[in-house]
Amino acid sequence: MAQTQDIELVVNGETIQASVPVRTNLVDFLRDHVGLTGSHVGCEQGVCGACTLEVDGVAVRGCLMLAVQANGSQVTTIEGVSAKLVGRQLQRAFVEHNALQCGFCTPGMIASSIEYIEQGGASDRAAIREHLSGNYCRCTGYQSIVDAVVSVIDKGAAA
Amino acid sequence: MKAPDILYECPQTVAEAVALLSDDGRFCQPLAGGQSLMPMMHLRLAQPEVLIDLNALAELDFIEQVDDTIHVGSMVRYTTLLNSELIRRHVPLMSLSLPHVAHSAVRNRGTIGGSTALADPAAEMPAVLKALNAVIVAVSQSGPREISADDFFQGIYETALGDDELVHSIKFPAATDQQRFGFYELARRHGDYAMAGVAVSAQSINPYTGLRIIFFGVADQPLRATGAEAALEGSMFKDEPAILEAQNALPADEFTGDVGVSVDTKVQLAKVVLKRALLAM
Amino acid sequence: MSGPLHKFDQPNSYIGRSVERPDASRLVEGEGCYVDDLQLPRMTHAAFVRSQYAHANIKSVNVDAARALAGVVAVFTAGEINAEVSPYVGTLTHLQGLRSPPQLPMADRVALWQGEPIVMVVAQSRAVAEDACEQVRVEYEPLDAMVSARQALDNDKARIHPELDSNTAWVKDVDAGDVSAAFSKSDVTVVERTFQFGRHTGVTVEPRSTVVEFNRSDNTLVFHYSGQAPHMMQAIIARHLDFPEENIRVIARDVGGSFGIKIHTYGDEIATAVAAKLLRRPVKFIADRLESFTTDIHARDHRIDGKIGIDREGKIVALEIDDLTGIGPYSMYPRTSAIECNQILNLTGAPYDIENYRARGTVVFQNKNMMCQYRAVGHPVAMAVCDSLLEEAASEIDMDVVEIRRRNLISDDAYPCTSASGMKFADLSHQKSLQRLVEMMRYDQLRKDQVELRKAGIYRGIGLVSMVEVTNPSPMFYGVGGAPISAQDGATVRLDAAGALHVSCSITESGQGTNTILAQIAAEVFGVDIKRVKVTTGDTAHVPYGGGTWASRGAGIGGESVLLASDALKSQVLEVAASILQTTPDTLQIERGVVVSSADGSEKISLDELGRIVYYRGNELPAGVNAELIATRHYKVSDFPFVFTNGAMAAQVEVDIETGFIKVLDFWVVEDCGRVINPKLVDEQIRGGVVQGIGGALYEECLYDDDGQYLNATMADYLVPMAGEMPDIHIEHVETPTSTSTLGAKGAGEAGTGGAPAAILNAVNDALRPLEASIFQMPMTPERVLNALRVS
Repeated sequence: MAQTQDIELVVNGETIQASVPVRTNLVDFLRDHVGLTGSHVGCEQGVCGACTLEVDGVAVRGCLMLAVQANGSQVTTIEGVSAKLVGRQLQRAFVEHNALQCGFCTPGMIASSIEYIEQGGASDRAAIREHLSGNYCRCTGYQSIVDAVVSVIDKGAAA
Repeated sequence: MKAPDILYECPQTVAEAVALLSDDGRFCQPLAGGQSLMPMMHLRLAQPEVLIDLNALAELDFIEQVDDTIHVGSMVRYTTLLNSELIRRHVPLMSLSLPHVAHSAVRNRGTIGGSTALADPAAEMPAVLKALNAVIVAVSQSGPREISADDFFQGIYETALGDDELVHSIKFPAATDQQRFGFYELARRHGDYAMAGVAVSAQSINPYTGLRIIFFGVADQPLRATGAEAALEGSMFKDEPAILEAQNALPADEFTGDVGVSVDTKVQLAKVVLKRALLAM
Repeated sequence: MSGPLHKFDQPNSYIGRSVERPDASRLVEGEGCYVDDLQLPRMTHAAFVRSQYAHANIKSVNVDAARALAGVVAVFTAGEINAEVSPYVGTLTHLQGLRSPPQLPMADRVALWQGEPIVMVVAQSRAVAEDACEQVRVEYEPLDAMVSARQALDNDKARIHPELDSNTAWVKDVDAGDVSAAFSKSDVTVVERTFQFGRHTGVTVEPRSTVVEFNRSDNTLVFHYSGQAPHMMQAIIARHLDFPEENIRVIARDVGGSFGIKIHTYGDEIATAVAAKLLRRPVKFIADRLESFTTDIHARDHRIDGKIGIDREGKIVALEIDDLTGIGPYSMYPRTSAIECNQILNLTGAPYDIENYRARGTVVFQNKNMMCQYRAVGHPVAMAVCDSLLEEAASEIDMDVVEIRRRNLISDDAYPCTSASGMKFADLSHQKSLQRLVEMMRYDQLRKDQVELRKAGIYRGIGLVSMVEVTNPSPMFYGVGGAPISAQDGATVRLDAAGALHVSCSITESGQGTNTILAQIAAEVFGVDIKRVKVTTGDTAHVPYGGGTWASRGAGIGGESVLLASDALKSQVLEVAASILQTTPDTLQIERGVVVSSADGSEKISLDELGRIVYYRGNELPAGVNAELIATRHYKVSDFPFVFTNGAMAAQVEVDIETGFIKVLDFWVVEDCGRVINPKLVDEQIRGGVVQGIGGALYEECLYDDDGQYLNATMADYLVPMAGEMPDIHIEHVETPTSTSTLGAKGAGEAGTGGAPAAILNAVNDALRPLEASIFQMPMTPERVLNALRVS
């Protein structure tokens, strides 16, 4: 009896067509139907930030959007961020600065960091901390994440 | 924690949307930004039969100036408001409040209309609307209807909006040169709902005239402190005795506590946010 | 350290270097594999109907409508699940007198806490399983709930377990020296305070996650586990689901945070295994956030009356504590819920030279979620109580808090020694660490600034803590008491044909960098490039037997086992090389993957050539050479019950006295965890620990109402520290390697969480002192700070 809807969207450059239950949120759809398990589900209430990903160039909570609402959209998940230079730079910087431990928050943390850098965010630790304050990390203490973002900005992220 | 099974409609016009909403046979729930409704559906605290997705309604996504009024469509997202030059110039109180609303990824989806219709008493936007004496334009199949913010917010998640009505837009009086605004909130963590906050508008501040002081996060709805407004009326900017008198004239009997936060603490915090907002105007 | 350079301190050593984590590259690409990422053929999804009441008789359960729902595979009542499980009891024989009734996974007739599972639904999707849960009808008869520990202790008539004569689970006394006589001396200043510590929980960002597969043909069960102790889990499932132990395979791939939360026997996870067995298809159970808050173990929740006596010179003459803690309706299996209390009794005052010490611990049952071991078990409580009492006493006699520590900390040349509570200490550096801390934080300057700022109405406080941390536990922790928990770990190191090393070890990785440090140790000790080392952990089918990751034991115990195995393999390889080269092993060495002459470093044979000879062309080996290119070694700590580390920490805070808000401005750590294998990994673990400690001090608390209803079971309401409010944390090390091992590594994972709350508490009280206000309750919320100011 599940209510379904046909959708078509582009995920990390690949066109996906699917019939999806209306109640399925975007991150569950990407994980369970598309097989992109890089985005993580931590709270399903939009608080933890682990499911943060990019829809039509904008960072959103993957759990607070229905998959049907992404019909016709361009979606970028952690598996696709390396297509952008800033994505690659952040991935490298996260490894270099040990800006992750368990890695569960990392996809969302990188999505939020990309947004900060793309918006021209300054290499200012307090501002970076504020921007990332919607992403839980229970392992690192955040400092190394800030270090990683600072390092990418200081090196001059190319567009 | 998964949403219940639901039907989905995605109207392309407001007329279609209100027609869907007028269906008495089904429990229809408009879906705006979804940043509050989606968590409530996941928790199954909200179990609509039909979701009416408003996100295709381009006609509700506008910010425009009409004479002395700034008219904001209900589907304008927080991020758009934050980046709007019109808002910055003419509705500066809103600009003061926006950085405190949640986090970027939530502001990218959350809408002013959704927040208004939800009427969370801890949220910033209802208090801002009330402080600015904004007018909410509701629309149904019978046409538009204007409701003042004073009348609109009626209790926790309670508004004057009918079951068949949508928030169409919100009209803000453009700020005059003499007007001043203050905003202050205390949240444990950046982006959290405030433990106490206040939005203040004044026709002038030296002397204080025409104040509207609206607290949020302290009662079941955005709470106007008319006693405090009266205490300040006519006194000069930063006048300490007047501010003290205003602090002592808060409607404490209307305050409610939260989990782990007593009414006494809420009152104390309200006094502080009032003073800090006034001093920063 | 003095003397000649240790081989691990050579400039080219992998040990001591901030090597990057190979796992991290995978995780930043989204290529991790957490349990919820598994998609298996015919997999089903579980959800549970859980008790709405903290204490209620279950009069009836009707599952007919749920069973009839399309997409539902099965609905199991508590009776159906429990029938497949033999009861488990959370006691340990060495915690004498600890009692706890037998437990089963689900509540059949009586529910004893809100959130206890009553009915399990298995469906084609989690969403449908939840739909079905809504269709289940449970008829309850609510009973009085014993919510606070005090209420449960005082009210012996309303017993949580009618078969027991009271709600008390355990009482322990420690009495060393003559405390009463010491307190009664005329020159002694006595300070008494009552401390309260709220309930916390771990809030791993990845919730508890389980997928279980059952193969009927060979009666084997595969338990995909987001957890810390695969072999313990294997033993538990085998024991209680009646499988031969070898038929259970436990696999822990990527684990999204654990912190002690994911090392216990949870009824819903056991039920998932039962369901997989009954249904003969894979069952997935992923706790949602509501389930995490209400059923992941909680910790802390202690109320302690503390008393300290100091003489005119500031010397501690006696210390006394009385701890009351509530643990929920059962003692958790198999680690028990009495360990935290026991640790508090063991560790309070441990950094200091104290002769007279008396402590009582009382552990009671209550109708709340169960308590058990969460990161830094007991430490934040023990350190906060003692160091707060010490700073309060210093203030009474007008002595500086650094000075009073100098006069009481065990001297660095006093080891080995034994504390009043019987803890054996060795290789610690309290005095040196304190000195380093004071220099690093510019203590004297901060004190001057503090005075100036107070004149401007700015209330800053500086608080310190000197601490110990229990790490590298021996069998005396659990095994001695009868739990299926191994204190030894094993490592196998294998040289493959292409000259690469493969390491498998029984400790696990949940982000600390376990796999990386094991690779560092193997590469260093054996003599290959670290790129040629691959590490496997977290699979009972593929690693030697061992304890896993808990109590800060990975580096110290697992690391030592890899060291021993690598060393053994090296000897074996050199034997083979010597026979090929027609020389003796003592003339050879391995460097960067090549067997070289130990005399002149000249290359003799590369490891890949040696591997090819052994594996492909064995005919070329001299007759009688038994080429074993694999070695396994196990290691446990045997001379001491635990290997302690020590540290000194300080916080600077600013208290907004109008709002009660506390801002942490700065935090400093000097940690002595013995040999540091990878500074970058250790530092970030310490920082993460400090932030969790700050969480406990300022933000985190599981709140229940008087009926035992959980009030803040969302991430928006249970506050953990976020980036915006946290300071940068400065870290330095003193390195005193433990003499119990070759590697010399002690644990570091819990130090921050153990020490930070004390430093923050002391800093806040230091800020409030001029206002004659004080606070001894955590978390120090604005409400509690304002209340403290109102009282003053």
